[in-house]
Amino acid sequence: MCVAVPMKVIEVDDVNCVAEIDGVRKTICVMTLDDVKPGDYVMAHAGFAIAKVDPATADETLRLMREIVESEERDR
Amino acid sequence: MRYIEEFRDGKLAAKLEQDLVREAARLARAITLMEVCGTHTMSIYRHGLRSMFPENVKMVSGPGCPVCVTPVGYVDMAIELARTPGVIITTFGDMMRVPGTSSALQKERGAGKDVRVVYTALDALTVAANNKNNEVVFLGVGFETTAPSIASTIIMAKKLGITNFSVLCAHKVMPEPMEALTSGQLKLDGYMCPAHVSAIIGEEGYRPIAGKYGVPCVITGFEPLDILRGVIMLVRQVADGRAEVENEYNRVVLPEGNRKAQAILADVFVKSSAVWRGLGPIPDSGLAIAPKYEAYDAAKKFGIVEPPSRENPACVCGEILKGLKGPQDCPLFGKACVPENPIGACMVSSEGTCAAHYRYGAGALAHA
Amino acid sequence: MRDKFILLGHGSGGQMTGELLSKVVMPAIYDGGPPPDMDDATPATLPHNKICFTTDSYVVDPFIFPGGDIGDLAINGTINDLAMAGAEPLFISLAFILEEGLSMDGFKSVLGSIRKASSQAGVQIACGDTKVVPRGKGDKIFINTSGVGAAREGLVVHSRNAAPGDVVIINGTIGDHGIAVMSQREGMRFESPVVSDTAALHTLVSDIIDAGVEIHVMRDPTRGGLATVAVEIAEAAGVSIRLDERAMPISKSVAGACEILGLDPMYVANEGKMILIAPERDAEKALKVMRSHRLGQDAAIIGRVLERGQPKVTVTSSVGGVRMIGKLPGELLPRIC
Repeated sequence: MCVAVPMKVIEVDDVNCVAEIDGVRKTICVMTLDDVKPGDYVMAHAGFAIAKVDPATADETLRLMREIVESEERDR
Repeated sequence: MRYIEEFRDGKLAAKLEQDLVREAARLARAITLMEVCGTHTMSIYRHGLRSMFPENVKMVSGPGCPVCVTPVGYVDMAIELARTPGVIITTFGDMMRVPGTSSALQKERGAGKDVRVVYTALDALTVAANNKNNEVVFLGVGFETTAPSIASTIIMAKKLGITNFSVLCAHKVMPEPMEALTSGQLKLDGYMCPAHVSAIIGEEGYRPIAGKYGVPCVITGFEPLDILRGVIMLVRQVADGRAEVENEYNRVVLPEGNRKAQAILADVFVKSSAVWRGLGPIPDSGLAIAPKYEAYDAAKKFGIVEPPSRENPACVCGEILKGLKGPQDCPLFGKACVPENPIGACMVSSEGTCAAHYRYGAGALAHA
Repeated sequence: MRDKFILLGHGSGGQMTGELLSKVVMPAIYDGGPPPDMDDATPATLPHNKICFTTDSYVVDPFIFPGGDIGDLAINGTINDLAMAGAEPLFISLAFILEEGLSMDGFKSVLGSIRKASSQAGVQIACGDTKVVPRGKGDKIFINTSGVGAAREGLVVHSRNAAPGDVVIINGTIGDHGIAVMSQREGMRFESPVVSDTAALHTLVSDIIDAGVEIHVMRDPTRGGLATVAVEIAEAAGVSIRLDERAMPISKSVAGACEILGLDPMYVANEGKMILIAPERDAEKALKVMRSHRLGQDAAIIGRVLERGQPKVTVTSSVGGVRMIGKLPGELLPRIC
């Protein structure tokens, strides 16, 4: 299994960053990911950042799903 | 919980469930899909998604739980090291209950051996730095998701000149066993490809499965809405007669994956043959520590070799992992093999097919 | 007392033990009031002859954690065991097993918590004991307690009384204690605003009883969490229970920490929570009285008792799927891969 959690990067120094999810903060190593900046959302797995979440793509996915539900609700 | 809660929205899930039913009605026959990754298995269980799948879409659990497929021989090696004076074993919590031939790490800790659960491999490095007179061994298990973190820790150990740290390496890769399963006797209609393995390796590794064998592949996130979407995309491919690699989880998985992590993996590891509990040896399905970093290879450092794994001949986990048999077809199930004393891979993890079947009955596996 | 650490001699039974008791333990716990009889046993008067009697041992690492320490945990835990039986807590015994080398300041702060918790709750520390074990033979501090409470006439509360048509109510958020403790563990450490929910529930229980709620079951979901207790109740009563994850109160930070650690909050420990099972007709009354108590402001109906038969607990998930749950299988281990 490969549990990973989207966490917001608060600050970055050298190989580590402090990342947060709902007030819970943990130091996460960023050696395994390029170009991590404060404000990014990273997927944290076993104390390492393995990927970024692309906010635009995530929003687009949700928008498409919601639009369909809302248009069906209007039609009803 | 940004990017978690939105993907657990009940209203959207109900909508996707309707979509799924509609798409599944287009199928000419009942189909079998495999979720390869144990985290998908876990999420399907935890969110009760099985109760939302239509009757003609069967999901089987594949060999994607690194703990379940870790061979008995590896656990025996870890136990041998735990019993070596001066050695501190560090491990992810997941490995504590996994049975070897005659013991488990949890039992060894009970017997006074120094076995410590850590959250990250870097914590193991800290243990090494703080215990200079001991040898600290980290149990390196996991797929492409986890392997870069252990590789980075080895690089870090070298950089910091920490010499009392080593890794007992049993890392595995995902596409190779999927291909081995596909080319075998197994008849699958589609693969739900692992979310975070794919975040590292990208889409490329699955192309032969879709291209050569004509089995649809959809990279799917672990949240419930992702899984429902992934199933819909797979059903659609089958109904349309397509076999492609699609990416449901594109908010995280890039087509090329994580190049930096790939470079770290290529630096520290080399591909090797690996034994999968329940499936046996699969060529190129494992990661071994490259010669350049062999000072950090616990097997070399302590001169131990993995004993051939003698699995109970009556155990049918291999068939269960391939979706060919069910727990009730195994003579050991519920008798010699129970969650408190598991014999086969499928009983080891609490989400394993047999463990779930044992605890919750057939209902947990079909429509609850 | 000039010693900075607990020494073996403090448990010798001789002069050092006497000094530890008279200069550290007694003043801390009884705060100037009359200490109990220092002879071998304490005479006590009971309001009537039906009592509830309980015992528990407390081991927690670290022994001081956000929101509390092993001292208030021991007092509140013992009170809650009595309260869950519907009893009014009266007397508690207190036995320490200390490890040589325990810091005296750490011990004193535990004693302070014990005094505060017991005086707030109005229970009497009736007797006690202190032993010291050599370094390495214990883990800093263990506490064993027993508790005696006055049973309430006519009140029969037991897990087997859960009946079809009942509702399952919890008094607040789940998982706070377990996450608060875990955040401090070596190798796990994370920063979080989560504090332990350790609290004595007997006044909340009194309010529920006084409001005339027909109580079928009361249980405190400590180790093993809500899930384990729910399964135990289903087994004792021979019923199926359906819980609704969407209705379960949980703080955002506990949920976040559980995601990081790969834990299901339903299995994480609580130390100030109670499950109340009561007939549906009393549900609104129970909720109202709980919500007007300090320890029940987030009270919610989280499930229902369905039918008699094969005992089982099912949970409706956030997306409306249904799964079956079991007891916590062993140690609660964080999982990564």
